[in-house]
Amino acid sequence: MLQFPIYLDHNATTPCDPRVVEAMIPYFTNSFGNAASRNHSFGWQAEEAVDYAREQVAKLIGADPKEIIFTSGATEGDNLAIKGVFEMYASKGNHIITCNIEHKAVLDTCRHLEKEGAEITYLNVKPNGLIDLAELEAAIKPTTILIAIMYANNEIGTVMPMREISAIARKHGVLLFSDGVQAVGKIPVDVNKDGIDLMAFTAHKMYGPKGVGALYVRRKNPRVKVTAQIDGGGHERGMRSGTLNVPGIVGFGKACEICLTEMEADTARIIKLRDKLEQSLLKVEESYLNGDKEHRLPHVSNISFKYVEGEGLMMGFNKNIALSSGSACTSASLEPSYVLKALGLGDDLAHSSLRFGLGRYTTEEQIDYTIEQVTNTVNKLRDMSPLWEMFKEGIDLDTIEWAHH
Amino acid sequence: MAYSEKVIDHYQHPKNVGTLDKSKNNVGTGLVGAPECGDVMRLQIEVDDTTGVIKDAKFKTFGCGSAIASSSLATEWLKGKTVDEAVKIDNMTIVEELNLPPVKIHCSVLAEDAVKAAINDYRKKNGLEELQFEEKGVH
Repeated sequence: MLQFPIYLDHNATTPCDPRVVEAMIPYFTNSFGNAASRNHSFGWQAEEAVDYAREQVAKLIGADPKEIIFTSGATEGDNLAIKGVFEMYASKGNHIITCNIEHKAVLDTCRHLEKEGAEITYLNVKPNGLIDLAELEAAIKPTTILIAIMYANNEIGTVMPMREISAIARKHGVLLFSDGVQAVGKIPVDVNKDGIDLMAFTAHKMYGPKGVGALYVRRKNPRVKVTAQIDGGGHERGMRSGTLNVPGIVGFGKACEICLTEMEADTARIIKLRDKLEQSLLKVEESYLNGDKEHRLPHVSNISFKYVEGEGLMMGFNKNIALSSGSACTSASLEPSYVLKALGLGDDLAHSSLRFGLGRYTTEEQIDYTIEQVTNTVNKLRDMSPLWEMFKEGIDLDTIEWAHH
Repeated sequence: MAYSEKVIDHYQHPKNVGTLDKSKNNVGTGLVGAPECGDVMRLQIEVDDTTGVIKDAKFKTFGCGSAIASSSLATEWLKGKTVDEAVKIDNMTIVEELNLPPVKIHCSVLAEDAVKAAINDYRKKNGLEELQFEEKGVH
């Protein structure tokens, strides 16, 4: 039996895997110790659990456990990496290269640093959502200390060419930071093979709990250091003070372990469902896939349905299906998605987009229902869309003088 | 954001969706908004020449649920009113009727603008001077 509501917003967050919750529970009650308590068994037990989780997390990304700094999530990891490198390497330079479809946690951190004297280059992406490698290399100067490029994009799911990017970074002796939130746990990520020096990621995007994440900081070739952004007891090798969230970290570790063992099977199943959904919806007249068809995550599809507005579209089924839109109306700003606009999409297509994010528990039945509901709603709304009527009459909408607000 | 029941009802059962013959002299058409802003409304009135009463009103809207509901409601209110009465439709009464939250007030303003644009189109077609309206400037 199909149960409602159906969750198709796995890029926003994921449910906790029950196995993760089970692993966490003892650490709320019986094993509640502070991992920094060195003098009694409560502390030892907590420390042991954290150490084990650190190994589980490190293993998923091919890192050494000592290279994992636990944080409260990826926003903190992004801040710590970028601000921490900027401060630590101030004597080397002040130039950072990033791109214009990064998450706000990266973009706003960069804007903040501009006020502190940083020079930031925001690379534009190509219409498929990938950066131009020649442009990246050309942007490097003697003062460049960091390249910050996301592993995969949260709205369109495109996966950046990390190995090519790291080869350029290495060649010029520049550190590479990657926001790995959307990629880690979904596709194979290996910090050594990929040549990444710092990477932020978070538990709640991979069936772990909210409020816990990690920053990978390379210890060898080169040894990377970041200036702490939270001062206190000197936890996490002095890079991130604060009592460790032991139950969260235990859950994060378990989530990473499950992702590592089940990724291949999960991906094979999810990609089939995603492709079914996408192929069916792209049969709808005037619908367009956003992003790159090949270089992207297996569980995401971002589609624009021209001449209908995204929020209005979602309203047709959001009682039963939960997903996201790049439409302006979903935010107070009235600006459509900056990611879609960066691809060169007109505001009209950006306003008309839906993001489908599938996950571990998505079923074929749910996908069939979604295809039906979305298709019907698009058709219904087009019947009451003046733009669709004009399009059908052969009127070029670009020739109309709209009353801009 | 949760929609009010009235918005949901208009969205699910929109009143007066459709198109009137804009070549007719007694039909006024107002097209407001822009695709880039995520809202376009087209509202049309058909006026009884002898009585000045709006005998039919139709809309088509590209936009969110609140925009659809605002224009659907406006067409309901227009029918049976004289053109002079229709000019007085105020966006705030739409806001109150539909319980629109502050971020959706622009939808009601757009509906009011569409009504006024349709009336002016009708007046122009019939050799009457276009009315001047104050900018609400809430978009």
